Amino acid sequence: MSAVEIQYPETEEEIARIVSEASASGQPIAISGGGTKLGLGRPVQAASALSVAKLTGITNYDPSELVMAARAGTPLAEIEAALAVNNQMLTFEPMDYRPLLGASGEPTIGGVFAGNVSGPRRISAGAARDNLLGVRFVNGSGEIIKSGGRVMKNVTGLDLVKLLAGSWGTLGVLSEVIFKVLPKPETSLTIGVSGLNDAEAAEAMAAALAMSVEVSGAAHLPESVVGKVAGGSLTGGPATVLRLEGLKPSVEVRSERLVAEMGRRGTVSVIDGQASADLWRDIRDVKPFAGASTKPVWRVSVAPSAGHQLVAALRLKTGVDAYYDWQGGLVWLQMEADPEAGLVRQYIKALGGGHATLVRADAATRAAVPVFEPQPAPLEALSRRIKDQFDPNGILNPGRMTAGV
Amino acid sequence: MSELIAFREPDRAVIDRRPAIIADLAGLLPEGCLITEERELVPFDTDAFVSYRRMPLAVVLPETTAQVAAVLKYCNDNAIPVIPRGAGTSLSGGAIPQEDAIVIGVSKMNRILEVDYPNRAARVQAGVTNISISQEVDADGFFYAPDPSSQLACTIGGNIGMNSGGAHCLKYGVTTNNLMGVRMVMFDGSVVDIGGKALDSAGYDLLGLICGSEGQLGIVTEATVRLIAKPEGARPVLFGFESSVAAGACVTDIIGSGIIPVAIEFMDKPAIDICEAFAHAGYPMDVEALLIVEVEGSDAEMDAMLERIIEIARRHGVKTIKESQSATEAALIWKGRKSAFGATGRIADYICMDGTVPLGQLSYVLEKTSEIIDRYGLRVANVFHAGDGNMHPLILFDANDPEESMKAEMAGNDILKLCVDAGGCLTGEHGVGIEKRDLMRHQYSDRDLAQQMRVRAAFDPQWILNPSKVFPLDGRNGTQPGSKAGKTAA
Repeated sequence: MSAVEIQYPETEEEIARIVSEASASGQPIAISGGGTKLGLGRPVQAASALSVAKLTGITNYDPSELVMAARAGTPLAEIEAALAVNNQMLTFEPMDYRPLLGASGEPTIGGVFAGNVSGPRRISAGAARDNLLGVRFVNGSGEIIKSGGRVMKNVTGLDLVKLLAGSWGTLGVLSEVIFKVLPKPETSLTIGVSGLNDAEAAEAMAAALAMSVEVSGAAHLPESVVGKVAGGSLTGGPATVLRLEGLKPSVEVRSERLVAEMGRRGTVSVIDGQASADLWRDIRDVKPFAGASTKPVWRVSVAPSAGHQLVAALRLKTGVDAYYDWQGGLVWLQMEADPEAGLVRQYIKALGGGHATLVRADAATRAAVPVFEPQPAPLEALSRRIKDQFDPNGILNPGRMTAGV
Repeated sequence: MSELIAFREPDRAVIDRRPAIIADLAGLLPEGCLITEERELVPFDTDAFVSYRRMPLAVVLPETTAQVAAVLKYCNDNAIPVIPRGAGTSLSGGAIPQEDAIVIGVSKMNRILEVDYPNRAARVQAGVTNISISQEVDADGFFYAPDPSSQLACTIGGNIGMNSGGAHCLKYGVTTNNLMGVRMVMFDGSVVDIGGKALDSAGYDLLGLICGSEGQLGIVTEATVRLIAKPEGARPVLFGFESSVAAGACVTDIIGSGIIPVAIEFMDKPAIDICEAFAHAGYPMDVEALLIVEVEGSDAEMDAMLERIIEIARRHGVKTIKESQSATEAALIWKGRKSAFGATGRIADYICMDGTVPLGQLSYVLEKTSEIIDRYGLRVANVFHAGDGNMHPLILFDANDPEESMKAEMAGNDILKLCVDAGGCLTGEHGVGIEKRDLMRHQYSDRDLAQQMRVRAAFDPQWILNPSKVFPLDGRNGTQPGSKAGKTAA
C-alpha cells in the first residue's frame, strides 16, 4: 500500500473521472477517507488509491431541521464542532478507532458511515445506518448516483442508503452524506453497580432496559478492565454502568427509580458530569485494549443475553479478556495470542448467531483469517451479485470485506 | 373510467394456461389455501388504493414458509408474476394484482413464535397484525413502536414491505429502525435468514435494503422485531392555532429547541371538522389548525416537558390548550386522529398523499398545496405527522365523476412534485406502489433509477415479484414478464 500514490479529488466529478478511468483499465483502487481505519479489514491489493479527505465542507445545516449534509471528506471533528455550537450532536455516538488501531489522522464523516461506526447510544438511538438519510456516491462504473434525501422518513424506491452504510467503500465512493442530528441531552449521568459477575451483570442490564427509564448506555466492565477506564476512578471491583440522559427533572425521576432497582443487586454509585462523559468515551473507544498492544481484538455482535456466555465458553479454551457494551450484545474481546477465529465463530453460532469482526490484527493475519464474518453461501452469493451491480469490474476496495468481493 | 396510471401488459400466454396453473398450484398447497372462484377473488382485486382494480389469476394463502417457497419457485420457473400481500391496506396500490399474476397472501401465517424479553425481541410470522404484537407484550410492560393508522389490520409483512411509520415514529423511528431480522423466500424458492437478535448484522445491510422494497426482493415470512419498554404514562395535549402557518412554525420551534415529543400531529380546519364529527374527540372548533403533541414518561417528566412545549406554543400565539385529564380523554384524542382516514371516507372519496418535506418547508408546502387544490377546484383536508415533515393531504373527490377523479390524481401528482421540489420526497411511509411510480423520475435521475433496478435484478432476475410497481414501466432493465423478447436499458 505505502508505495501507491494517493489521489485526492476535490470534487465529485473528479472522483467520477478517476473511477471511470480505473474501471476502463480494470485497475483496482483503494478507497479511503482520513485513513484512520485502514488497519481494519482485509488488506486491499490495489494499483492506486483515492482518498476523499480533500472533498470537504458542510453543505447544508439548519439546526431547527435536525439534519446536516456534508461532503464525505469533512473531518468528523469539524462536524462535531459545528453541531456543538448549536448544542447538537450525532446521536449514534461514533467511536474513534484511532486509539485501538494505533492510527493517526483525522476520521471523516464519510468514513464513519462507510464503516457504520456507532457507539454506546446505539441501543437507544440506532446505529450510524439508522441516522443516515441520504447519500451521493460514485459507483464502480464512475457514475454519480444519489439515494435518499434530507427528510426523516423516506420510502421512495430501494433504500440504497442503508446498503452503502457499512459497505466499506466496496459499492461506491461516498461523496456526500446527509444525516440526522439531535439536540445534546441537557443532563447525563451514570448509575454504577459494583460487584456483579458477568452473568449477573447481563441480568441487571436486561432488567434496566425493561424498565421505562430510557437507558441510553448499558455496559459491563469486568474486574480485569475496570481500572483502565475513566482514569481508574471506578473502584470496588467489576462495574455495571447504566447511562440516563435527557431533561434534568426527567433524569432525576428516572435515576431514583433505577437506583432503587439496582440497589437490590449490588452497591450503587452515581457518576455525573465529566467523569460520566469520560467513562462512556473510554467504553466507546475500547480504551481497555488500546495502547501499544498488538494482541488480536474482536468486535462481536450477538444477542445481549449471549455475550457473557460466549466469553465464559471461550475462557475454558483460551486466554481472553473482555468487556461488554450494548446491554451485553457488543463484546470487545482481546485474545491472549492467536485470534482463534474458528473457535470464536463456532461458539457464536452455537449461542444463537451473530457475527465477529477481527478489528485488530497484523496484516498477515488479516489476509489469512476472514476479518468479517463469513456469510452463509446463499447470502454470500447474493452479496456478490449486489457488488457486481455497483462495481461490475470489481475495482472498488476489492477484498476489503470478503476475498473476491 | 379512464385511468391515469398504466399497468404492464398482462402476459396472454400465462392467462391462457390458467387451468393448468391452478391445477399445479393445487398440488403444491393443502386444501383451503387456494382461491380461484371469481366471487372469492374480488376482495383481492385492489387494496386501499381503491381507484384501481385488477382481478388476479389466483390467490394462494400458504400456511408455512415451505409452501411460500414452493409456490414462488413454481412461479419463477414458469415466469408467472407474483403479488405479495399482507392485509391489503396499502394506500399506494402496492398489493394490486393483475390478470396474469398470482397473489401470495401471508394472512394465514399469523402466529407470534417467540417473545424474548431479556433480548427485547419478538419473532413473529409475517401475517401477524401490527397491533397484536403490542397486545401480546403489553401486560409485561413492552410494546412494538411503529404504529400505522391501519395497525388493527395491517400485517408486519406489509409493514416491512412499505417500511411503515405511524404517529409515534418521531421518537422511535419507522419499521426499518425496529426490524432486527427476517426469514425471506427468494425468487427461486430458496430461504434465507437475515439478521436476528444481534443489534447489527454481518456483511452488507440486506435487512435495510429489504425493508421498504415493496415486495420486489422476496417474500418475508418471519420477522424478528425490537420490543421497547413501555413508558410509564403518555399524555397527548391539543394546541389550537389561528393559522396553519403559526402551527407549522410552532412545530419547527419545538423540535429545534431540543425537545423530541413522541408525536406531533397536525390537522387543519377541514380535517378537524371531519374527525370531530366522527369521533367527538373534543377538538376545538374555533381554530384553523390543531397540533396533537404527545409526551411520555412519569408525571414529573411529562410536566417538565409540557411546561416547555406550552411556553413555545404561547410564543406562537396558541389560542387553545387542552391537556387530557384521563386515559379515556387521551384515547379519545387519538381516536379522532387515527380515524381521520375512515372518517374522511364517510363524507367523500379521497386519495391520501404521503410526501415528506424538510421541517422548515412545512408552512410553504401547506400554502402551495391549497393553491394547487384551488386550481383544480377540489377540497383538501390536511392531517399528518408534522414532527418529521410527513404530509398527508387528503384530496376529496367524487369517484363517480370521472373528470373529478382525474383532477384529484393530477392534483396529487402536483403536490408530490411540490414536496420533491421543496427538498423532500414522494413518499414517507406509504410506498411508491403504482400510485407514485411514474413520478419517480421527478425525484431520481435515470442513472439513479438504473442503479436501483440493477440491485432489484440481483434479487429477482426475471422481474416476477410485484412487477408493475415502483419503477416506471419504460426504461426498465432485464427481461420483463409479458415481454418475451425482453428489453434492456441502462
